[in-house]
Amino acid sequence: MSFRCAFSGLLPDKAHRYVLFVLIAALVLAAPAVAAPAPQTTVNAIEAEVMCPICGTLLELAESPQAKREKVFVAKLVAEGKGKAEVKDALVAQYGPSVLALPKASGFDLSAYLVPILALAIAVVVLTFSVLRWRRSGRDEEPSASQAAADAPQGEDAERLEADLSHYDL
Amino acid sequence: MSARSLLAFLAVLAVIGLLAFGLLSKGETKIAVGDPVPDKVLPALPAPGRGSIAEYRGKWVLVNLWASWCVPCRQEAPVLQRFYRRNRQDDTTVLGINVQDNEDDARAFLREHPTGYPQLRSVGDERSAAFGSTGVPENFLVEPDGDLALIWRGPVDDQFLRERVAPLIEGS
Repeated sequence: MSFRCAFSGLLPDKAHRYVLFVLIAALVLAAPAVAAPAPQTTVNAIEAEVMCPICGTLLELAESPQAKREKVFVAKLVAEGKGKAEVKDALVAQYGPSVLALPKASGFDLSAYLVPILALAIAVVVLTFSVLRWRRSGRDEEPSASQAAADAPQGEDAERLEADLSHYDL
Repeated sequence: MSARSLLAFLAVLAVIGLLAFGLLSKGETKIAVGDPVPDKVLPALPAPGRGSIAEYRGKWVLVNLWASWCVPCRQEAPVLQRFYRRNRQDDTTVLGINVQDNEDDARAFLREHPTGYPQLRSVGDERSAAFGSTGVPENFLVEPDGDLALIWRGPVDDQFLRERVAPLIEGS
């Protein structure tokens, strides 16, 4: 059923043309909004998390020609509706793993991964030894029943203590 | 020596060892004239296909490291194209290796500056590191047996090719 048929009889011819024009204009204006995918991340969010590999700094701080091209590349992917992980994957495919702000798993950079693990292991060992020693010293200091009996006041001391305590009896 | 002192000593030793390892492993790749050229099979640019410097064994190869964002590379491309056209009959070729770039930009560069000679693409700066590169462009003349005959860390022009590169090739 055509537009004209649908509205024939309801509106005069001039009104048909006007309504048709408004509808077409609305469709034309709305089309890009419908066609463009919604961004899943922002250029700034990506630039704060990836490197300019040549400059050795975060991309957001870099202004070299290579960094500018990398920023254009990121902006293009974000505009295409790619998520953060997808953009990072694409960056690694184009610029290599050094584009991620992560140390390499080789050479000196490997220490960035090893040192925290080593420090944690040392801390666990030190803590375990400390706890064991503390518990052992605690046990050594704890008096036995016979020791407690031997340490209890004897004779006059015991009587005086009993008398003093009796003042506090309720 | 008490256990605590021993632990402190070991910790200091570990830190010193780590620093020494860092200093040794951070050393830049050094290549020199006479060394075998660093080589690796790389994707062709534009795709598909793959290639390496070794494929041109028996020929003189002028390896040119370049990137699309590098202004001197744009000025150098026609110079290298002329050199290639003049010498390709004489067992000499030019081989471009695109580095530190993204593929779309590299392809756009080649559309704008058609070179005619073969091109490979290295992802990131992996090949630059292999060549001990400090920037782009850089040029390396490789002898027919695969050894480096000339290292030039910068752009080349007609005069340089005529006075520094051609005599090496002709002298062989």
